[in-house]
Amino acid sequence: MGKLLTGRRLTGELTYPLLAVMAAFLIGGVVVLLIGENPLTVYWLLLTSAFGLYDALGNFTWDNWGYTLFYATPLIFTGLAVALAFQCGLLNIGAEGQLYVAAFAAAWVGFTLTGLPGVVLTVLAILAAMLAGGLWGALPGWLKARFGAHEVINTIMLNFVAIGLVSYLTQNYFKVPSDPIMQTGLIAEKAALPRLAVLLAPLGIDFPGRIPLNFTFILALLAAFLVWFFLRRTSWGYELRAAGANPAAAEYAGISVRRQIILAMAISGALAGLVGVNEVLGYRYRYYHDFSPGYGFAGIAVALLGRNHPFGVVLAALLFGALNRGGLFVDIFTDRVSKDLVQVLQAIIILFVAIEIFFRRGVVTLRQLLPGRTTAPPELEGPGRTTS
Amino acid sequence: MNESTADIFNLTLIASTLRLATPLILAALGGLYAERSGVINIALEGMMLAGAFTAATMTALTGNPWVGLLAAILSGMLVGLIHAAATVTWRADQVVSGTAINLLFLGVPALLSGALFGSTGATPQLTRDQVLPDLTIFNPANSPTLASIFNQKPLVYLAFILVALTGYVLARTRFGLRIRAVGENPEAADTAGIVVGRIRYAAVLISGALAALGGAYLSIGQNSLFTRNMTAGRGFIALAALIFGKWNPTGTLLACLFFGLAEAVSIRMQGTVSIPNQFIQMIPYLLTMVVLAGFIRRSAPPRALGVAYIKE
Repeated sequence: MGKLLTGRRLTGELTYPLLAVMAAFLIGGVVVLLIGENPLTVYWLLLTSAFGLYDALGNFTWDNWGYTLFYATPLIFTGLAVALAFQCGLLNIGAEGQLYVAAFAAAWVGFTLTGLPGVVLTVLAILAAMLAGGLWGALPGWLKARFGAHEVINTIMLNFVAIGLVSYLTQNYFKVPSDPIMQTGLIAEKAALPRLAVLLAPLGIDFPGRIPLNFTFILALLAAFLVWFFLRRTSWGYELRAAGANPAAAEYAGISVRRQIILAMAISGALAGLVGVNEVLGYRYRYYHDFSPGYGFAGIAVALLGRNHPFGVVLAALLFGALNRGGLFVDIFTDRVSKDLVQVLQAIIILFVAIEIFFRRGVVTLRQLLPGRTTAPPELEGPGRTTS
Repeated sequence: MNESTADIFNLTLIASTLRLATPLILAALGGLYAERSGVINIALEGMMLAGAFTAATMTALTGNPWVGLLAAILSGMLVGLIHAAATVTWRADQVVSGTAINLLFLGVPALLSGALFGSTGATPQLTRDQVLPDLTIFNPANSPTLASIFNQKPLVYLAFILVALTGYVLARTRFGLRIRAVGENPEAADTAGIVVGRIRYAAVLISGALAALGGAYLSIGQNSLFTRNMTAGRGFIALAALIFGKWNPTGTLLACLFFGLAEAVSIRMQGTVSIPNQFIQMIPYLLTMVVLAGFIRRSAPPRALGVAYIKE
């Protein structure tokens, strides 16, 4: 891959994701119409409540962008997790379980090792989240490397095991007895990550403190850069991708594919685990059971839409974050359309991204219809997933 | 301890095992058709949700559970059609398509139920005579507990009949042979004149219909309404049973009965014995992982599973 994406290549990379999103919105629009609302009104509401800089009274507001970025943060992590595993030819459907054990681990450090200084405690909690998520990811990696057991099935199964396990621990050992809610006690205040309001105040930016966007968002952008650097600029990343692109050739070149599989799943799990940092250290300051509305599964959509490229993942997560933010307003301000529209849109986007070949055939047909041009059909690219 | 053990393990446990295993059997059989034809179906959960929602909705609108049941089957076939079109015609990654379908049917029922009934959480409560009736096939006068085993929803018996039928179809019919052929070696099947895509479409449509029946059993059999995410992972347990049962009908049936038994025991043990509920619920998932790794007895999938067939 070249130093930077050339204009032509970038257009190619963006065409099919954009077509997929447009097709999904078109179908979503028809559904909204059938339900009996005006799709344009609904989509305008989605757009303005996600990205608008002015509220209904015409006053400047950070709320929309603030919450959109807050909702995008966990999706950047799970999107990166899925994308990185995919670069090694693996499909990690287990980000959901990985982020649950990670959030619990972060909370455990936060409310147990309270004697440590603030910074140390915070760093330890973050490492605990990455370690827990990483181990939970490495397990199906090892099962695949050692026994050839399919990672898709094992990661699905481990999601249920993870949620059962943390539910058991919370219920029996870490719940405040008088609390009717399934959650642990609060972490030490000094372990918490600062909200963006605190970080932006010295710059003279008056960002409202009620918006839960926090330091984890910056970590997410940093993670995206580091994943890109790792995959594209280091020999470890090259070996990982080589193992995914052509396992036989990689093995011949002296790369241990088995090691790469375990490594990829471990890093993937650690990335998913950072969702727990956003949730526990940046938002709720405790482990709250059932906190994830399916971040792990949305991560699959984000990775696909971002074409498994770290920067694409950030853009796709921004879109999904915006949908989640806007969905709340659709729920409130329309009579018949609920925020579930967003879930439906996201699912249709994945379907359309997955059937890219459908659009490719369409584009080829279009090109052939244009006079004086004959274009060979573009080749499908990207690493193929290994099947056991 | 002995007394509580006796409370848990008695004849009515068999009846509740059958009830709890039924949706698993139907969905797992659905998975079996798709996967034996070479198409991974992790969309069982979404197909069940589609069936459960459609059954409850159509029953609520018409007052007739049989109309609901028929509509559920059609809805399942429609979802199957989406999965087949995506994976067979447009060669989408089968796991990704399945994941998308699962997400889709977390959202669609809520969206439609909100628009139709003004509640995104549940469809209207059905009356006693609107849900599927019980069917008594054996009624010994002297033992009411024994009678309870043979007084079930029609879908419970149907599930067992379908296991036998599936075994027969796969082993003895031309259609079954073709399903196995395209699942094991599509190139050879193609050479022999079998249209691989057509067989896979048929198998995935049957898959959707059966999984939707399993879902319908939950909403208009066991319960009397659809609630958000009411399958609660049963589609994945069915998938686990399919793997645990080595992709064959009898093995799958036994796995479903075992997982149904585990669920029945876990419901009864709530608050009585010291084994935490969460651990009993993990049994199907852990066993599947153990079997996949070959610790107990190796379970190998159909050879062409997950591979789109491209005609030369």
